Amino acid sequence: MWGFPLFPEQASTVAGQIDLLYFALVGLSLIFAGILPFVVLYLIVRYHRSMKADRSNPINSSLKLELTWSIIPFILSMGVFFWSTFLFFQINADPDDPLEIYVIGKQWMWHLQHPNGKRENNELHVPVGQPIKLIMTSQDVIHSFYIPAFRLKKDVVPGRYTTMWFEPTKTGEYHLFCAEYCGTEHSAMIGRVVVLPLPDYQRWLTTEEPAILPDGSTISTGVSSDSGGSMAEIGAQVFQQQGCVSCHRTDSAARAPVLNNIFGKPTSLASGETLTVDEEYLRESILRPQAKITVGYGPIMPTFEGQLTEDQVLQLIAYIKSLSDVDANEENQ
Amino acid sequence: MSTTSPVASFYNDHSRTMIDWLKSWFLTIDHKRIAILYLITINIFFLLGGAAATVLRAELVTPQADLVQSDTYNKLFTLHGVIMIFFFLVPSIPAVLGNFLLPLMLGAKDLAFPRLNLLSWYVFFIGGLFALAATSLGGVDTGWTFYTPYSSTYANSNVILTATGIFIMGFSSILTGINFIVTIHKMRAPGLTWFRLPLFVWANYATSIIQVLATPVLGVSIALVAVERLLGVGIFDPALGGDPLLFQHLFWFYSHPAVYIMILPAMGVISELISCYSRKRVFGYEFIALSSIAIAVIGFFVWGHHMFVSSQSVYSGLVFSFLSYLVAIPSAIKVFNWTATLYKGSISYSTPMLYAMGFMGVFVIGGLTGLFLAASALDVHVHDTYFVVAHFHYIMVGGAIMAYLGGLHYWWPKITGRLYSEIWGRLSALIIFVGFNLTFFPQFFLGYLGMPRRYHVYPEEFQVLHVLSSAGSTILGIGYMIPIIYLLVSLRYGEIAKSNPWRAKGLEWQTTSPPPTENFEHTPIVTEEAYAYPPEEPERDAASYRPGSPL
Repeated sequence: MWGFPLFPEQASTVAGQIDLLYFALVGLSLIFAGILPFVVLYLIVRYHRSMKADRSNPINSSLKLELTWSIIPFILSMGVFFWSTFLFFQINADPDDPLEIYVIGKQWMWHLQHPNGKRENNELHVPVGQPIKLIMTSQDVIHSFYIPAFRLKKDVVPGRYTTMWFEPTKTGEYHLFCAEYCGTEHSAMIGRVVVLPLPDYQRWLTTEEPAILPDGSTISTGVSSDSGGSMAEIGAQVFQQQGCVSCHRTDSAARAPVLNNIFGKPTSLASGETLTVDEEYLRESILRPQAKITVGYGPIMPTFEGQLTEDQVLQLIAYIKSLSDVDANEENQ
Repeated sequence: MSTTSPVASFYNDHSRTMIDWLKSWFLTIDHKRIAILYLITINIFFLLGGAAATVLRAELVTPQADLVQSDTYNKLFTLHGVIMIFFFLVPSIPAVLGNFLLPLMLGAKDLAFPRLNLLSWYVFFIGGLFALAATSLGGVDTGWTFYTPYSSTYANSNVILTATGIFIMGFSSILTGINFIVTIHKMRAPGLTWFRLPLFVWANYATSIIQVLATPVLGVSIALVAVERLLGVGIFDPALGGDPLLFQHLFWFYSHPAVYIMILPAMGVISELISCYSRKRVFGYEFIALSSIAIAVIGFFVWGHHMFVSSQSVYSGLVFSFLSYLVAIPSAIKVFNWTATLYKGSISYSTPMLYAMGFMGVFVIGGLTGLFLAASALDVHVHDTYFVVAHFHYIMVGGAIMAYLGGLHYWWPKITGRLYSEIWGRLSALIIFVGFNLTFFPQFFLGYLGMPRRYHVYPEEFQVLHVLSSAGSTILGIGYMIPIIYLLVSLRYGEIAKSNPWRAKGLEWQTTSPPPTENFEHTPIVTEEAYAYPPEEPERDAASYRPGSPL
């Protein structure tokens, strides 16, 4: 307990930049908070009623002074505003070609699944030096995924996907906290982020380990296990089981859009709008298909709201994404 | 509590029986008596909220749960937040000092709607009873922020009862606001033009605008939580087709301006204190007055800075960050003007002035750390950590409560007709300043280290800072107890106060202490601006100083 830190470790590419902004603000604050109290102290001693001082011709207002102490703080704060906003956009812009990991928060546990199917609870294993994107949702209330050493957090909201990305710069173990109050055991919804060298991470990915699923049951996961393989493979099974394949098919009997090579591409809606297919859009189209209809198709798909678990929706999305990856690779070859 | 003044004070009555006496207080329409009712009620709430905080700080001394377990801890911080914000800070300065002083400062006999004023206290009291009932029936564990869908679907505690209490209390806030706005517009004494008003009146005017316009939104959002909880109508819970972030938008649309409901009247008090104890007209009067209005207006458009990491769009983040920097400027203007007021003044270190100086110190830190949180990228890291906890306690406890205490001391002779012990007063101001900073300054470090708020179990490396903070809170707690004791003692043993013990300007000092029921024998006619200390007053005051005179 005695070796207590006053400053957190830096372990992501943005941590240094955030700290720089922080120190700039500390410096700026010291100009005011470091000087102003001494000016006040000086004045209340210098002009204390027991002190002899020149009190003639006191002034009561000065437009020049008012403008000075309005405009200078304004300019300084605008400097901070632009700097911080620039950084904020950078934090929120997706990196190129990240490793994607899926996160489900529930009272009071984190469930994480890697694309190859490996699952873990309250721990996040990631390789060092590689951009990683978390695609997160909650099964119940709002949580918040917070890694102080990375200087990053993002709320995990039921009913939608939120994303955050980071690139770890140092191997090691770091705190993982739930930052949004989520009920009784909020302060127990903690864990650790384990940053590994790439080979260790790959070895870890294929190690058999038990994990608790979001529905509470326990399975053993790992690539070779009978849990079904990668997320995309499990997604393909769900796609078959739910009968999606009877309409979403490539032959002439298709009554619904072909799902190959659509992810990340623009699509036209019956309403005339155009949008880019992302996780959030796929989620909505699975759970509430009538919300946005692709141009040229009828509103015939049944709703899957309440029919699929958050886990299954993520697997379906991973499957649909894999359909796009394959096509892209083939085109490149 | 009678006075020797020839005019009967508002405390005097002719009730012969206990029932008559009770009626004379509980059915009074005298703004001064209603202010006393509010004073007693909110201070009881303050003690209750403080007791909850004491248990929280005691629990946080160790990283494990030993004193209380999760459920109790969650209920305690919710109780602390709900009581301190809705039942102490929001009504504190407006309903007590504002109620007492506004008609006096305006040269009026009462507020525009005296019966509405009494109603507002009853409404407040009933709201408080609901909140207390919720507590005694097992408490509520949603946090004072009532975030959905936790509050609307998942929480198993008395959400509806507490929400009802806050809903009801909101009406008292609205009634007070309407009353103040109408009174300031219509009941100023002859000659009392807008730019001759004391800055305390300007501050309360700005506050009232927020109370009237923002509080209904709080009522609506809290009622919608109850509707979803009771009837299962999908408004916020995505499982029912609702949007959980909608609640945050509605809630902060009230609750960010609510911060200004708490701090604007405090700023008004500080302007009065600094002017009086510098023996000078306040510097830049118009700028301080209009900056209150600017804060009230811009304050309505910054709520989204509570939602930088909630998944709202980055462009919303940009706009809300910009507006948050904009709202900081008028506060900075006030601080600079107060500092300039000291220049060439004749300053005395009376208790209220010590509180005012303490306010300046902590308000500067609270304001500047607000700039850290307005920086969207930095907020990603410190949002929902102890950095935020420290920041808003610097504004609300350091700022608002220190100004409330400063104002209470300054106007105590006017309110009660008695002087308090100056030595104990100064001592308590110092103890509170030291205790406050020791409690909350370490929390900035905790927050930047990543300690999340609302955790009672935490990693061991945070313990030293938590122990420091808890130690500080002990000192702060003692600091708050001392004024309660000597102020109560002064009611009986305090020196009888003259009409104007501080030789201050302002209409409230022209009538007797305590004032008669009608406030003034004749309606005053105003011929000069506020703070009309003659230019030679500082020199004269300093020249009259002899060794042994009060500091």
